[in-house]
Amino acid sequence: MNRYLIPLAVFVFLVVLFRIGLNHDPQLVPSPLIDKPAPAFTLPSLREPATNISSTDLQGQAVLLNVWASWCVECRNEQPVLLDLAEKRKVRIYGFNYKDTRAEAMQWLDRYGDPYVQSAFDENGRVGIDYGVYGVPETFVLDRNGIIRYKHVGPITPEVLNEIILPLLNKLDHPST
Amino acid sequence: MIPELGHFALIMALCMAMIQSFFPIAGAARGNVAWMSLARPAARVQLVFLVIAFSALVHAFVTNDFSVVYVARNSNTMLPLIYRISAVWGAHEGSLLLWILILGLWTFAVTIFSRHLPEQFVARVLGVMGLISIGFLLFILITSNPFLRDALPPLNGADLNPLLQDPGLVIHPPMLYTGYVGFSVAFGFAIAALLGGKLDMAWARWSRPWTVMAWVFLTLGIALGSWWAYYELGWGGWWFWDPVENASFMPWLTGTALIHSLAATEKRGVFKNWTVLLAICAFSLSLLGTFMVRSGVLTSVHAFANDPARGVFILILLGIVIGGSLILYAWRAPGTLISSSFKLFSREMFLLVNSTLLTVAMSAVLLGTIYPLIIETLGGKVSVGAPYFNSVFIPLMVPLVIVMGCGAWARWKSDEWNRLWQHLRYAVFASVIIGILLASMLSGHAALKAALGVAFASWNILSTGILFYTRMRNGPDLLTTLKTQPRSFYGMCLAHIGFAITIIGLVITSNYSTDLHKRMKPGDKAELSGYTFELTAIRTIPGPNYEATDATIRVWREGKLVTELHTQKRVYGVRDMPMTEAGIGPGLTRDLYVSLGEPLGDGDWSVRLYYKPFVRWLWLGALFMACGGLLAVTDRRYRQIRLRATDPQAVIAGGAPAKI
Repeated sequence: MNRYLIPLAVFVFLVVLFRIGLNHDPQLVPSPLIDKPAPAFTLPSLREPATNISSTDLQGQAVLLNVWASWCVECRNEQPVLLDLAEKRKVRIYGFNYKDTRAEAMQWLDRYGDPYVQSAFDENGRVGIDYGVYGVPETFVLDRNGIIRYKHVGPITPEVLNEIILPLLNKLDHPST
Repeated sequence: MIPELGHFALIMALCMAMIQSFFPIAGAARGNVAWMSLARPAARVQLVFLVIAFSALVHAFVTNDFSVVYVARNSNTMLPLIYRISAVWGAHEGSLLLWILILGLWTFAVTIFSRHLPEQFVARVLGVMGLISIGFLLFILITSNPFLRDALPPLNGADLNPLLQDPGLVIHPPMLYTGYVGFSVAFGFAIAALLGGKLDMAWARWSRPWTVMAWVFLTLGIALGSWWAYYELGWGGWWFWDPVENASFMPWLTGTALIHSLAATEKRGVFKNWTVLLAICAFSLSLLGTFMVRSGVLTSVHAFANDPARGVFILILLGIVIGGSLILYAWRAPGTLISSSFKLFSREMFLLVNSTLLTVAMSAVLLGTIYPLIIETLGGKVSVGAPYFNSVFIPLMVPLVIVMGCGAWARWKSDEWNRLWQHLRYAVFASVIIGILLASMLSGHAALKAALGVAFASWNILSTGILFYTRMRNGPDLLTTLKTQPRSFYGMCLAHIGFAITIIGLVITSNYSTDLHKRMKPGDKAELSGYTFELTAIRTIPGPNYEATDATIRVWREGKLVTELHTQKRVYGVRDMPMTEAGIGPGLTRDLYVSLGEPLGDGDWSVRLYYKPFVRWLWLGALFMACGGLLAVTDRRYRQIRLRATDPQAVIAGGAPAKI
């Protein structure tokens, strides 16, 4: 073989490697919380400051817990997907309003729509730490016993919804075994 | 309106880049002078459009135009003006725009300083640079448009990442990019030479100043990055071998090898194939660095900001640029004739060993950087850290330092061991003695490592010093000799000594730094390496876009006040992100470094105290290296070429480079 082709061969190997590497979704950071009970919390409701929402309220049925904030630009793109999910498919979605102010958060819901059964108000982000929130939006799928089954970082796109979340919810609601 | 203008200017720049690459390259192939002469004006007009586009984005940041998505994500009305400007390159889209602007500036520089070069050659160089420009402009316009608008703009922006709100980060990226992109000139020269089938000594002479200039910027850029990490991340580290750092270090290593190999090619006409390959590699690694940082293939700090489409796009771009040039290399390089021979013991040989060692070191870094990816492809998970890099890299640096000391001494073509030994034996003895003395004076398991490192560095400084001294002694009188020595000689001495200084800083600070984590409240004292640190006060101070808790720490030594340091814990409101501002008492032989940790209740705070000897030498050495490079670039022979070029006779005779 021509030795002048060696650099090219090395480079082709690198390209193949990088191409495969790109398919590895860096968003699949394995959360240590998967298959563990959702961390317990008691937080005031966003709309009714006097009422509390606690982690036990989420049990009894498979639900989504969606971390959002009014300052989050990506959340806006996600909202139509969530609204559709709540309205047409009757999925129960709890909001988790993260590091926000009450006034801005409510204004934001009025503007972009409110798909949530209720939103917990985590003003200083303390509970967010327990959930390992490092970017907003993030979405957790909880089963009827309050066990975290899946975590998605970033906005939920229709693909993620159809390929991962809906099949998972289906399975959780109708366990075949 | 102005963002749209910026977008339009980018499209116009793309059109110019197309003209700049197609006509000159085709013209050079067909001998069409009119087509070739389009290269310079097209490149200059392209720069004008790039400046307009860049200014438009700066304008959007300065005026807080949050209808531009990129501005809304990376700025805030509370952000001080200087950081609103530097926020332009604070994230993906804007930093690409900066990249392409700098490419435009380098291309412009080539159009100015190339009057002494043959027209056909310049046309090819500018054409190749135009092709790179096309690739990146398409990348920006298709996947990463910084001027994208949002129909419903937020009232305020999400603020710039507080880590980036720092003077060091204002200049670090432009410096680094100038270095990265600067290698595109050497790349353009190499491809032009391969296209023309004339890989000769003249090509090496023309490439040299451009390569050194890019290397100077890259050296400064890396040093600034390391310095920034040191004082901003708040725990005194200065190099982490993380993929982003490696991405800048690999082109540096290759660029260093290239500079030395170019010297041999220029003076003696040897290693042409090797040099041209290094030129291609240096720029390819710059591109690879851009890819790795931007695609999130290796790291992902903010994963969801990455778009897989971008990764694929850059990969295709890489494939075309690097793959294409390597095919050209495989096709054209074999025909190159070797024009002169040399003995095994000669300067050529030392330079070859030098560039080989640097290339092996680069390959080791590359392997370590992509190894996690290889394993992941095979289905595992692994992370490669400092232990690997240190254990592979340091043994490679030892022979490099030894060779450095000899290489500058050896004569071209052939030399004698005896002659070298006559001159260098004192340097050998002295550095061995320094090493032994140091090993006996120092204590602890690190003594041997530190003594060895300093001895090698001394060898380097001494051999350079003796070289300097011998040259001075052989001249008629000191002043005349000082004046007649070429600047490139001074540059070489300065850069080699700078390298030794960096080594000294590295071995001492990594072996003798001490630190202490302590729970303290105002009035408490702590002892570290002979210094007494006293926490005197903790106050709250408001900043422009943050709240700071400020700790005053007085440092005493033998009853005397040495310095008063301030360290802050800042909470940036918009992102609610805590940041530590370290308090640093700098000194030539030691830094005192304090950083405030978390509140522990009862008025107690966790405080970290560091004593870091010789840490400044790391960056001081880099500064020496950069100054050395600058001296070499301003060498007489390059200035004379420029003077000559203003003479119309010389322009006509441009094909035959002046022999200096």
